[in-house]
Amino acid sequence: MDLGRFIQYIASGTAYTLGVTLIALPSGLILGLLFAVIYVYGGKLVSRIMSFYSTIMRGIPPIVLLFILYFIMSGSINLSPFWAGSISLGIISSAYQMEIIRGAILSVSGGQMIAALAIGMSRIEAIRYIILPQTLRLAIPPWSNEAAIVIKDSSLVYALGVPEILRRAQLISASTQQPFLAYTTAALIYFGLVLLTNTMLGRLEKRLRIPANP
Amino acid sequence: MANQILTIKNLTKIYGENTIFEGIDLTVNEGDTIVIIGPSGTGKSTLLRCINLLTKPNGGQIWLDDDEITAADVNEENVRQHIGMVFQNFLLFNHLNALENVKLGLVKVKKMDKAAAETKALHELERVGLSDRAHHYPGQLSGGQQQRVAIARALAMDPRIMLFDEPTSALDPELIGEVLEVMRKLSLAGMTMVVVTHEMGFAREVADRIVFMEKGSIVEQGPPDDLFYRPKNQRTREFLWKITELYGKKEKEA
Repeated sequence: MDLGRFIQYIASGTAYTLGVTLIALPSGLILGLLFAVIYVYGGKLVSRIMSFYSTIMRGIPPIVLLFILYFIMSGSINLSPFWAGSISLGIISSAYQMEIIRGAILSVSGGQMIAALAIGMSRIEAIRYIILPQTLRLAIPPWSNEAAIVIKDSSLVYALGVPEILRRAQLISASTQQPFLAYTTAALIYFGLVLLTNTMLGRLEKRLRIPANP
Repeated sequence: MANQILTIKNLTKIYGENTIFEGIDLTVNEGDTIVIIGPSGTGKSTLLRCINLLTKPNGGQIWLDDDEITAADVNEENVRQHIGMVFQNFLLFNHLNALENVKLGLVKVKKMDKAAAETKALHELERVGLSDRAHHYPGQLSGGQQQRVAIARALAMDPRIMLFDEPTSALDPELIGEVLEVMRKLSLAGMTMVVVTHEMGFAREVADRIVFMEKGSIVEQGPPDDLFYRPKNQRTREFLWKITELYGKKEKEA
């Protein structure tokens, strides 16, 4: 097999890798954002539940959680491994994203909420128009780290048989007896994706930065 | 008799075992400027926070015009719309420029359309002398400018009464004047104001009534001249003497 076709075979898994990431990362963001808001503003009981959720999800290896969630999902609703794996990774990531956003909410000064209430906003309006726009800006750098983790963890769905980059590297390595070449190719593709994502998020952070005098 | 805008009866606030203030009675008439003075920790700021319902009092009642705002079924957001508040540390919305800071409440709370809100916001910025800073962010403004934007933000809501919580305490000395000047004009224009401050010059010149609070109660209140020259209470005399001496020294150095 010539080198071009060898690399192309692995690289064609990128579509799956991107697909998994583009489902897992936004669904984790939506859940994480919702969880973070109710964690901070939802009162004692809710914050205890969220804290428990966070501890459990972050205390178990992602691959173990992936299997558990996959078997729950494929047992109850008939989902393909691709969708079940992507959603599972999203749920796992939601715990990490919740902690990132919660930290960012707490670092926005409490006075901002008070000032918003003082002009007659409700708490929900204050969160929507005052707290979250500041929170999300602050969250970009740590979130960019989480984005890199989700891209890399998307490789875990190889265990469910999804033909993404790692899965293909494994297959072609077995059939050609070229493990080093196969896995190095996979590594470079992952690295490229992470580098691209971090660069883009770095630009976004700069563009959204609130102007201030030095 | 002038219209009573704010009436406070027997107001009490307790945090845990600390009584912040107890049995406070205060009335504010339309167009009056009331200055509350007194040592730190006597509950002046907490009193202001109770008036716009940011803090719940433990006892007593407050009326805004004829409505009891401490009633159980009151809509807090609706009440706060009608009470402007200016804070010691400005508390501008950091991610919005000066114009957006003033405009936001008009659009989101008063549901004004965007063009009308923008016109009104610009007008309010003009009133505090900052129309040329409309597109600056809080981080690009001096403390005095930030506080003037904060005043414009509160004024934009057309409040019945404005509360000022030590509006110049966080400012560098050279920036205090511009903020006091805006407040003085506001008072002259007939705005009803309750001001907690240590600026005795402002109190003497602008206040219709000075209220001296200490240890959680009102010790004495009256027109500035009465309190400065004929205080009835020994503690009032001591406090005013001390703070005026400090103030005088500052002026001599300057």
